This record gives sequence, structure tokens and C-alpha cells, in this order.
Amino acid sequence: MAQAISARGKLAARFARHSTGVIASVLFVAPIVWTALSAFKPAAEARLPPLPPWPTTGFSLENYATLNSFGDGLWASAQNSIYVSVMTVLLSVIVSVLAGYGFSRFRFPFKDLFFVLILSTIMIPFQSILTPIFLVLTKLGLHNTLTGLVGVYVTLQLPFSIFMMRNAFDAVPREIEEAARMDGAGNATMLLKVMLPLVWPGVVTIALFAFLGAWNEFLAALVLMTDQSKFTLPVMMTALQSGRFGAIDWGAVQAGVTVMMVPCLILFLALQRFYIRGLMAGAVK
Amino acid sequence: MTTITASTTAPPRARKLVGAGRRQWIGLIYVAPAVALVMVFFVIPLGMTAWMSLHNWPLMGEHAFIGLDNYWAILRDTRFWNALKFTGYYTVVVTIAIFAVAFPLAIFIEKPRPLTNLYRTFFFMPAVVGFASASLLWSWLLNVDSGLFSPAAYDLGLIDKKFNLLATFQPAFWSIIAMVVWKVAGFTMIILMTGLQSIPQDLQEAAVIDGAGPFARFRAITLPLMRRTLALALILSVAGSILAFDQFYIILRGGPRNQTLTAVYWIFNQSFVSFKLGYGAALSMVLLVILVALSLIQLWLLRKPEGLD
Repeated sequence: MAQAISARGKLAARFARHSTGVIASVLFVAPIVWTALSAFKPAAEARLPPLPPWPTTGFSLENYATLNSFGDGLWASAQNSIYVSVMTVLLSVIVSVLAGYGFSRFRFPFKDLFFVLILSTIMIPFQSILTPIFLVLTKLGLHNTLTGLVGVYVTLQLPFSIFMMRNAFDAVPREIEEAARMDGAGNATMLLKVMLPLVWPGVVTIALFAFLGAWNEFLAALVLMTDQSKFTLPVMMTALQSGRFGAIDWGAVQAGVTVMMVPCLILFLALQRFYIRGLMAGAVK
Repeated sequence: MTTITASTTAPPRARKLVGAGRRQWIGLIYVAPAVALVMVFFVIPLGMTAWMSLHNWPLMGEHAFIGLDNYWAILRDTRFWNALKFTGYYTVVVTIAIFAVAFPLAIFIEKPRPLTNLYRTFFFMPAVVGFASASLLWSWLLNVDSGLFSPAAYDLGLIDKKFNLLATFQPAFWSIIAMVVWKVAGFTMIILMTGLQSIPQDLQEAAVIDGAGPFARFRAITLPLMRRTLALALILSVAGSILAFDQFYIILRGGPRNQTLTAVYWIFNQSFVSFKLGYGAALSMVLLVILVALSLIQLWLLRKPEGLD
């Protein structure tokens, strides 16, 4: 009897837990799925009630087509975003791997000073130095260029990614290097062939964070890119949403938001464990 | 101890020093690109902010040294003080709201049980979406005519007139809070979860044997042992909220009636809409001092030893 009750109690607890889990999951995921589904509604449906969320008269790519005819088009902005994000990933990986290796394995003048300098930039938000960054870029002839934006984004990533890479290199036993040195590995071979494969998880982590950071950044892109053809997706979409290109077409906004969200979600789902690792590393710092 | 003796034994050390002496400048080459970037995009702009704040610096034309005039002007700038006040208010409210949602979620997903991994992933998904994307998404959800909340409630007969959530301060403010909690709670949840997982299981079990109920255990074991994690989550939330811009710019444009201008928004306005770059720099300096002071307080919070160790 008592056993039966406790079994029933366990079942009830399990039911309560899973209903909570399902309801909370729906609350978190619904806006994303809803937007992605609504983006497929044909324009004629935009004026109809918002329920149900999916298109009732057949899936349509009309919203994407409309969006692509705004300004320089969705594809042009997407290309800018892709360029900026990929360049940010490449450069921040290269710069951080080099610096992480340098800080981990070499002794040189001002080493501690440089390390503290790079890490302490995290205390000062870039929002408060955006005005002079604007002037520095002008001086360098990089004003209103995607290259300039990449420079800013890479710098923003450095404290996190250099910290991450230095720790990754620190974790590699010195014996491995010594053995490779015995085998006649030069500096380049040592870093690329011996060390890099060992710190690969760290590289994936910083690449992921660099991508998400650059892909999603808004304020700097808004301020530094004045030419419509240079707009990244968030800036282009905001211009569209604020009605700078005429009346707001919410179907087009949904399509644009979907384009902005999907790469982040795919990368996160594919690389979850690196994401969590990065969060933890960021947290200890 | 062994490592120290090993490295101070004469022969290997001497050999190492020869190698290290030749190699030490190479390290400088490895870190040079990083240092150069930080110099160009951080240290120089930081110095320039201080310098510019002492000038009348329009976008076009000559700039002129005006000493502390920009700072005196800030003292009279009621918009800025209101923005600062609003930013503080927002930071407190949103941080409490985030914790109120994230802490129960962290407890919910802490132990590995069936489906927990799936829930974790779902709760976390909005956190990887950018703030700009989330704001654009919610600006649609919140829209009075074509959005979700108001029209759906109207269609379902819950309200008899479509209600514009963004037209007045209170509903607009709480709409933003809801959006930010939706976007950020999963992130805070993961941080808190690791704190929970680091609490030794036997401590909890010992307390159970001593007859401590769940609430007593939470107060006497969980909270004190999570001090550092809580402080960290708090720091991240506070730092992020004080710099809030995207959601207020994209969803509200500072409205209704400029009541939701944040500090960064006002700096953006002065620097890049009115092009008063010197004044914007002075405002930046004020914000910067506030943030560095807060960072130092928070670092001190983190460093303090824990009660139970």
C-alpha cells in the first residue's frame, strides 16, 4: 500500500516536472519559431489575425523577396555581415593564438604589463570610447569601411580570446614541446603542427564567440557605417523597421530576423559544448 | 615543491637560459599584433576621450579648448541625469527579474535527469540570438496592429480594444523587461547552474541527516556556497544593463516622451545625432568613471573569502 502511494507520488512529481519543463520550453522557444513560421506567410495574410502562427494559404517566400528589394537588399547586407563576421573570426583566431602562445611560453620585456593591459580593456566598455574610435578610423582612412568595423570587433574579442588561448597553451605539457624541438621542429612547425592540434577546442570556442559577437553587434555598426551599401544586417533591419524605407512591412521584418537568428542557432546547437566551455572561461576571468 | 627544486637545479636551468635568452624577443613578436590592435582601437581612443572632453568639438570645423565647460554643462543637463536615473532603475528591476526567473530554472535543470539536457538547450536558445535580433523580433510581437500580443488577445476576445503596449511608460517599460528576461535568463541560468553543481553533495546529505528541511538547507548551504557565483552573475547582469542601448533604440526610440532614454542612448544622441563630439566625450567620461567604480566594487565582492570553505 505504502509502496503504491509512493510510486504514485513519484509519478505525480515526474508529471509536474515535465509539465513545468514543457511550458517553460514553449515560452522560450515560441517567439523564435513563431517568427520563423510567420515569415513564410504570403503578403496577403499579413493583415489577417496573427493566429495561427503558420501560413494558412500555403508557404511563400514573398516576404524574403520584398525584403531583398529594400535599399541595397537583404542579400547585400547579409554579405556585409558574413564578410565582417568571417574576417573577425579569422583575424581574432590568428591574433589570439599568436598572443596566447607568446604569453604562455615566452619571457619578454613588459609581458605582464601587456597582458594586464589587454585584459583590463574588459573593464572599459567600448560604448564609451566609440566617438574617438570613429575619429581614429577616419584618420586611418577606414571610416565607413567594413575593414574598420572588423578591426573594432577583433579588438573587442581580444581580452576573452587571448585569456582563453593562453590557458589552453598553459595546459599543454612542456615535454611535448621539448620532444618536438629534439625532433628538429622550428618555430612555425612547433606552433602549427605540434601546438595547434592540442589547443583546437580553445580555437573553436573563441571562433564561435567571435562569430556571434560580430554577427550580432549593433551599436558600433550603426555609428561607424554611414553608407547604406555598407550596412550589416542588424543596421539594415533597424532602418527598415523604423520605416526609413517607407511604411513598416512586418512580414519583411520577420524574414530579416529569421535570417539573423538562424546562423546563431545552428552554430550554437552544433557547438554547444564549446559554447558552455567559453561561458565558463569567461566566468572565471 | 618538487617543481621548484627541479627548476633551480643548475644544469637544466643554465641550458634553458641560453635558449630563453635567444628566444625571449620572439615572444614580443607573437603578442605584437594584439598589443597593436589594443593600442589603436582602445588605448588611443581612451586617451582621446579624455582630451576631447575638454574641447568644443563639432564634426565639421575647428575644435577649441574650453577646459571643463563640458563638465559644467553636464551638471545642468537634466536629460542626462534623468537618463542616468532611468538606467539605474532599469538595471535594478531587470536584474531582480532575471534572477527571479533564472534561479528556479537553474535548480530545475541542475541534476542530470531524463530530458534535462533538452530543457537546458531550449531555455538557453534566446541567449544566443543577438540583442538586435531579439529587439526586432519583440518590436513585432509588441506592435499594436500587426503584432502578436495585442491582436491575438483581441481576436481571442480577451480585450475589447487593441491595446498599444508601447504608448505609455509603464507597459512599455515592463514589455522591455519581459523581452530582456526572455533573452538573458538562460545565460544567467547556466552560470547559476555551475554554482549549484559545485556544492558538494555530501554537505547536503549530512544536513538531511541532521534534520534540515529544504528551506534551511537552501539558506545554510546553497546560498553561502554560491556567493561567488551569485556575485559573478550579478556583475554580468549589472554591467550589461547599465550599457543597455539596442532594445531601447530599436523598440522604443527612447519614447514614450523620452522617458526611456538610457545613458548610452543619450551619449549616442549627443555624439552621433547632434554631433557634439566633445560633449559626448565628456558624458562618456562620466559613465566610464561610474562603471570603473562599479567594477572595482564588484571585484572586491568577488575576492572576499567565502564563509564556508
